[in-house]
Amino acid sequence: MKELKIFGIVAIFTLVLYWGVEPFAHSQMHKHVEGHNLVYDGTADVEECAKDKVATKKAFWADVKKIAALKGDAAAGEATYAMCAGCHMEGAVNMGGVTPPSLEHAGAIYDKNFLIALIKDPAIATNVDHKYPNGTMAHPMGSISTMVTTPQDIANVVAYLQAKKAGEVTPKEAFTEACGRCHANRYGHLTQLGEIPKTKSNIATGKDIDAMKYQEKVAVEEASLANYLGKLPPDLSIIIRARSEHFLHTFIEDPQSQLAGTAMPRTGLNKEGMEKVFAYLEETGDPSKPLREETGPKVLLFFLIFTALAFLWKKSMWKGHH
Amino acid sequence: MAHFDENAKPFSHKWMNERLAVDTLKRVLSTEYWIPKNINFLWAMGMVLAATFGILLISGIFLLMYYQPNTQLAFDSVNYTIMSEVGYGWLWRHIHGVGASVVFLIIYIHMFTGIYYGSYKKGRELIWLSGMLLFVLFSAEAFSGYMLPWGQMSYWAGMVITNLFSGGGLHADFLVEWIRGDYVPGQAFLNRFFMLHVLLVPLAIIGVIVLHFGTLRLPHVNNQDGEEFDFEEAAEQYKAGNVKESKVIPFNPVFLSKDVFVMGIYFIFFFYLVFYHFEFAMDPVNFDPANGLKTPTHIYPEWYFLWSYEILRPFSTNVGLIAFGIAQVIFFTLPFMDRSPNVAPASRRGLFKYWFWALLVDMIVLTFMGKLPPQGIWSTVGLVAALTFMALWVALPIITKLEKKL
Ligand code: HEC
Ligand code: HEC
Ligand code: HEM
Repeated sequence: MKELKIFGIVAIFTLVLYWGVEPFAHSQMHKHVEGHNLVYDGTADVEECAKDKVATKKAFWADVKKIAALKGDAAAGEATYAMCAGCHMEGAVNMGGVTPPSLEHAGAIYDKNFLIALIKDPAIATNVDHKYPNGTMAHPMGSISTMVTTPQDIANVVAYLQAKKAGEVTPKEAFTEACGRCHANRYGHLTQLGEIPKTKSNIATGKDIDAMKYQEKVAVEEASLANYLGKLPPDLSIIIRARSEHFLHTFIEDPQSQLAGTAMPRTGLNKEGMEKVFAYLEETGDPSKPLREETGPKVLLFFLIFTALAFLWKKSMWKGHH
Repeated sequence: MAHFDENAKPFSHKWMNERLAVDTLKRVLSTEYWIPKNINFLWAMGMVLAATFGILLISGIFLLMYYQPNTQLAFDSVNYTIMSEVGYGWLWRHIHGVGASVVFLIIYIHMFTGIYYGSYKKGRELIWLSGMLLFVLFSAEAFSGYMLPWGQMSYWAGMVITNLFSGGGLHADFLVEWIRGDYVPGQAFLNRFFMLHVLLVPLAIIGVIVLHFGTLRLPHVNNQDGEEFDFEEAAEQYKAGNVKESKVIPFNPVFLSKDVFVMGIYFIFFFYLVFYHFEFAMDPVNFDPANGLKTPTHIYPEWYFLWSYEILRPFSTNVGLIAFGIAQVIFFTLPFMDRSPNVAPASRRGLFKYWFWALLVDMIVLTFMGKLPPQGIWSTVGLVAALTFMALWVALPIITKLEKKL
């Protein structure tokens, strides 16, 4: 039928147009970065780094591999963990520009090899060693290398984290622990200091003094973060719609791969950690998804019936016209 | 003075007729507004456009209830308040966003239908001109709306497009500042584009839609063969019951029933996009809040402006601006550039057939290139396509002059 042929031509041109301005254009505009399936063995780091660093990095990640093969003793690790808790505690304070995160679910959300690497040398592990030409001691967690020294100690404390700090974790907890010390999420009511507390205005003046005090504390924290990282990390409320999923995955896995020289550290998330962080970003940045999936089929069904009835109407109207 | 029956009950048929001539109106505007029978679904695109405009208007009114035209608040009022706090706010926003993009797809289909069948000639010039006016107004509406969320693309597209008004080598910076109300896009800029988007431009659009419909009434719409026939005679035949032989059908209900069916199919497509594929209509870059200190890596307009953007880009500033200016208005001249007496589908019009498909393909190529970074092979292809566009318009009067009368 002629109308169908015309429709086919219109449809083909429309699809070609779509292909050109969407998938094709985006494939040309963004450099393609391969992910590494959340395996942290230094492959990408060695490929990306300056020539004079290659040997150090190779040796470092080879050591990590050896430690990973050791059998850790969780009970012995608990004693070592006390040193971690000296910084990573309830009500921890900003040190060197950033507040140490809670480690309550560290064993659940971080990769084992990454944790080993982090304790051995936090700057190399997080791939921001370019910021510390004078050695890792200048890193806010740098002093750990003088506290936990033997490979067995490292294996023990990691075994402890994986045994005792690995409970069920909510998306919000995963975000707060892995990203929250640097990134606010205002749609999730989170600042770098955590959940925004509920406060009340003074009835006589209409001013909320507690809120102002809290805002001041946040401003101070942000200033020190900006000083530490060279810029204030962006609020991640709606980042899920501002970046492609592929970008976010590869960026979070290894920030240097997408933004060479960036101050954002690798966070070493494992599969579960990544899923939970994504779930939270989706919750704040794309909250309508469940409702969309529920309403969509109903609306489409309505218009299918509408169209079917319109077709019958048209048929009866055009009867005898041809 | 007219005669008024004192016994007619208020609002009864007779009472209304004496005051508003409802029967006549209905006859003239719908039941005896004759449409040729020999048309295809492309002739429903006008009503599809009217429906889409209606959807945009309604969804826009809902968005307007929560939108804040303030550089500090705009971004969150859209992305937080409307998207997560207001019940079904996300639905209205996605409808509005998808509608704004799809309306251009349908406008382009509608325009190219007109070009293909020669519906801009011989008495139909004003239909075409008022249509082009609608195109320009829709462009202004889309651009001003794009400023409102105050994201990175709003800000930078606003910056780039208003910069064009400096006229390149003319350095008319005062004009740019006058348009912005500031040295850079800021509060004054947002406020005035808000006013344009929600009041002045929609008002003008409604007016011009009425004009566009008015221009259709006397020449009637064209048909698949460009056939000219006596509408009066065909109408008489229809009214006499020779429905089958008559070349016309009444707009209401016969043509309308087909319009509504086509609209139904369109709505399925439309709402499929709204629920499952809305991202294409909402650029990711615009989900980063406006930041005057950070230029995005790639700045490009929405897809429907890409072809004219690409006519601007490959040239030096001044030449580019002139080429861009010409591209913006050249379609207005179509009824006068086409020198052929034939009103017929392009397929029967000799060289014009090739001209039509060349123009279509060229504009698609321009659209692709407009989004790609202007580097290497892409900028060469863009340049060639832009020159081809110009050449096609120069060739048009010549090839149509050569056309044989059918
Ligand atoms: C001197 C204080 C200090 C000590 C001791 C310390 N940390 Fe940290 N830790 C920090 C700081 C500060 C950060 C944040 C660093 C940053 O964001 O740049 C941090 C970050 C972390 C992170 C998050 C890394 C990421 O981005 O994924 C983990 C996991 C961690 N520490 C584990 C430990 C463990 C396990 C120990 C004990 C073996 C420990 N830390 C000991 C200060 C400390
Ligand atoms: C130690 C601080 C720190 C932590 C922890 C951190 N980030 Fe970042 N992040 C940054 C900084 C700094 C930037 C800015 C990077 C730049 O522009 O160079 C950034 C930027 C980003 C960006 C934007 C990149 C772009 O394209 O502009 C995303 C997305 C992001 N971070 C996600 C995350 C996620 C998800 C987490 C938790 C898994 C996280 N970050 C943890 C510091 C951090
Ligand atoms: C949103 C804006 C528009 C609306 C609501 C609209 C509406 C309509 C309607 C209802 C018709 C009659 C039915 C049909 O032939 O499709 C029509 C016809 C027409 N329109 Fe539009 N239109 C719009 C934009 C345009 C544009 C941008 C152009 C091109 C410059 C254009 C050119 C024409 C022409 C040439 C016809 C006559 C078609 C024929 O005779 O076969 N219109 N329009």
